[in-house]
Amino acid sequence: MVNMKATAKTKGFPLPSSLKVVPGTESLQAAYPYYMQFSKEDDERFWFYNSMHFPEPMCLFDMITAEAAYCALGSANTRVHSLPTTLGIDCRIINGRVYIGGNAVTDPAEIERRTKEFQLRAFYYYANWERLFAQWKVKMMTLIRETEALPKLELPEFEPLEHVHAGRGVASNHYILDTYQKTLEGYFRMWQHHFEFLLLGYGAYLTFFDFCKKAFPEISDQTVARMVAGIEAEIFRPDDELRRLAKCAIDLGVENQFREGVSPDEVLKSLEQLGEPGAAWLKELAVSRDPWFNINVGDGFYHNHRSWNDDLTMPFAALPGYIANAKNGVRLERQTDRLMAERKQLIADYRELLETDEERAAYDQMIELAHRVFPYVEGHKFYCEHWYTNLFFNKIREFGGLLAQKGFFAKAEDVFQLSHYELESAIVDLMTSWSNGSPPRGISRWPAIVRERKAAIAEWAKHETAPALGPVPDIIDDPAIVMLWGITRENLDAWLTAGEQPNSNEIRGFAASNGVVEGTARVVKSVDEIGRLRKGDILVCQITNPSWAPVFQNIAAAVSDIGGSMSHAAIVAREYGLPAVVGTGTATQKIKDGQRIRVDGGRGVVTLLG
Amino acid sequence: MRSSETIGWFADIGLADRPTVGGKGGSLGELTRASIAVPPGFVVRTGAFERFLSPLEQQEPIRAKVETLGADQLEQITALSKHLRARLESAALPDDLHSELVAAHTELCGADPNSHVAVRSSATTEDAEDASFAGLQDTYLWVKDAQATLNFVRSCWASLYSVPSIAYRRKHGLPESGVAMAVVIQRMVNARTAGVMFTRSPLTGDRSVITIEGAWGLGSSVVGGEVTPDRFVIGKITGEISVREISDKHVQHLPATNGGVREVETPENLRRAPSLSDAEIVALRDIARRVERHYGRPQDIEWAVDHSGEILLLQSRPETVWSSRDRAPVATPAENPLEHVMKIFGGRR
Repeated sequence: MVNMKATAKTKGFPLPSSLKVVPGTESLQAAYPYYMQFSKEDDERFWFYNSMHFPEPMCLFDMITAEAAYCALGSANTRVHSLPTTLGIDCRIINGRVYIGGNAVTDPAEIERRTKEFQLRAFYYYANWERLFAQWKVKMMTLIRETEALPKLELPEFEPLEHVHAGRGVASNHYILDTYQKTLEGYFRMWQHHFEFLLLGYGAYLTFFDFCKKAFPEISDQTVARMVAGIEAEIFRPDDELRRLAKCAIDLGVENQFREGVSPDEVLKSLEQLGEPGAAWLKELAVSRDPWFNINVGDGFYHNHRSWNDDLTMPFAALPGYIANAKNGVRLERQTDRLMAERKQLIADYRELLETDEERAAYDQMIELAHRVFPYVEGHKFYCEHWYTNLFFNKIREFGGLLAQKGFFAKAEDVFQLSHYELESAIVDLMTSWSNGSPPRGISRWPAIVRERKAAIAEWAKHETAPALGPVPDIIDDPAIVMLWGITRENLDAWLTAGEQPNSNEIRGFAASNGVVEGTARVVKSVDEIGRLRKGDILVCQITNPSWAPVFQNIAAAVSDIGGSMSHAAIVAREYGLPAVVGTGTATQKIKDGQRIRVDGGRGVVTLLG
Repeated sequence: MRSSETIGWFADIGLADRPTVGGKGGSLGELTRASIAVPPGFVVRTGAFERFLSPLEQQEPIRAKVETLGADQLEQITALSKHLRARLESAALPDDLHSELVAAHTELCGADPNSHVAVRSSATTEDAEDASFAGLQDTYLWVKDAQATLNFVRSCWASLYSVPSIAYRRKHGLPESGVAMAVVIQRMVNARTAGVMFTRSPLTGDRSVITIEGAWGLGSSVVGGEVTPDRFVIGKITGEISVREISDKHVQHLPATNGGVREVETPENLRRAPSLSDAEIVALRDIARRVERHYGRPQDIEWAVDHSGEILLLQSRPETVWSSRDRAPVATPAENPLEHVMKIFGGRR
């Protein structure tokens, strides 16, 4: 099996030790935890840049996402389910870029020992999937409600009299630290929940996927995905809610309030002035917002990926389009009955093409398992990466607000320039200051550091980074790496040769959604740039995201650097019938903003036209 | 005019009639019955061949003479072939047979001076899946009038006595009495685009795709390999076109003024233009699916699109290359269905 520790050294990527910290940013680099810094021994191993999850330089606080996620992924693989051939993921950061490497198990005896454990553990999960998943939802909702119920951060001049009379005996400063620690604990716990089913779910899906690829060598990835994908998955709900709200606006006769270029605040104000029908629509909006607007404009891994609830710009920008469609007679609701019937037909049609009844029986077994696991695969993201990360980052923002108020920062957002360890120290500083009446020590320390760090992050964003580091492994079949990142030996070869064909006007990736379109490329390097997209543009980004769904009604096609045919981007593109090519590795570097390109989503090819 | 012992109109015949209409004729009848558009036509049944042959046999034995030869007597086979083919090609048709065939030709072509037919041999011993033997038979395209048609019918009959045909039958010890020839007479399609399609991938054997190859003009340029055709792959079930390879189609085959086919250079503006629209690719896929379902197995199909955009099938036969291969099952059912996931989690795949 794998060797992520490569043997052949004929051709490789730059060694970690050859990467230089961008001059002038050394102190920020040093502020990242010691266990995430590259060291000499790391040159022996293969690493790749996880631009799928972390496409922009990571500020210090946000590294908690990598920490908590890999910690939970590793425990699920290594200790809980005992995946036979792989342990967890190692993680390093340099210049704000997150590199990761798998930890393969290669000793046959060890694989056998782990296989026995795996069958006692993972097989139990598969066999009891529905019950355990129902339990998971309860756990996850409990966690969400607990976090929502965390106390507001208050440091009054005098402890409230009722606390004193009740003999609470614990002062408010203690609860600031307590709440902070509970906030962190919740985030680490959420990621544990996130990985409870993930690899097993992907594995069961991939089992069916592999079968289809062998039985039908030319079947497209998206066709297999269509056979398994749920029709009413949570991830479609936010967009569904927008369609519903568009229809409500028409039914209530308030649709003229929604015009392109009018800010959400203006729309809300004008609705309030409309009396009854306006109020009725606002009531519907409130229904949709909790919980379905808890969806981020990113993957939820960065603090600046705000949710629709935090910023109504994205959903409100989509409403005029949906309203216009409805008025033109386009049916807005997704036709779930029809989609369900199509899926059933698709499964039956492919089944019929199999050569023998034996193969049909195996097909039935595998698709049954894929259908069993898929609600989790599709559904967990909304609860974990969207709803919960929102709650979490907003809670941290509250700490930022409190610290800013006390003079630690110029504004609340600055809190994300501290690591979670540093933030705890600032909180203890604040607690102490509140207790002893002296000014906090941090007010003379943090503002300058925050300024310097922000400049360093901005500098890092200007520098491209190598897609991978170290020797190329002979083979990659670490199920975690293949499943989650779509990285295969073929990918790596393509990355290696990318530099050798400077004149090639073709970029290749995974065929994610069928169709051929020519248009103007809009290279969007961060979510803040979404506003530059115009109708008919082709979105070119490092990673597409399903919460950008409303954007998909305007764009003509989507191209991404990283992502497999299972990425939510691919799913949404198919849903909208837009051509999409994902996992190109280099599209955002090779395609110039404004350039004309052709996207062939069926072949997975992007052609530069001018 | 009704079908008879001599004539079988496509609408009246099917695969079960193969003993008297041959493989090709039976297949065209079968397609017509399945409501698949084929160029109209009829089969000159083996009964007609017998009526033609029997006076000749009386004059001088034919079948008995062939049976005296051994497969390795190439010299004698060559001499006899030359003699028999000359006899068959020059012999007049019995009067009543002649007038029946002329009447059928008139009914097919009417008074249209521009109508042409294809004359194709359709041997009854032709094992439809044995391409090597099927290939020994003749096809004449763009045949102009009734007289020329009858001449080629005789040529088809005579081709039964070509050197390779005789040698093949002698080698396999096939009895001569069972050897008969039916002949398909079919209106020509002045194809704008024509080609072949397979209801599985010729590259991987995948049954979920249809591979279409086409070029401008008549299909003979594609079948004969004179041009690199455009290649399209479309999902049999999904209808998604996954491959569009547009090639440089430097020449095309067109009907020649005096019958037959001529090769001309493709006009510059068409050479690299797709020879099929997406809508036509989708329509071909629908037809291919119907044909495959009708026969219950993968097919190898010749098709043409005429200048009005109508799609006609010229021929369909079972795909042989992949169908005859033994293949290990992709997977077999597991006692515990969960065991399947070990393919992903269990180590090197």
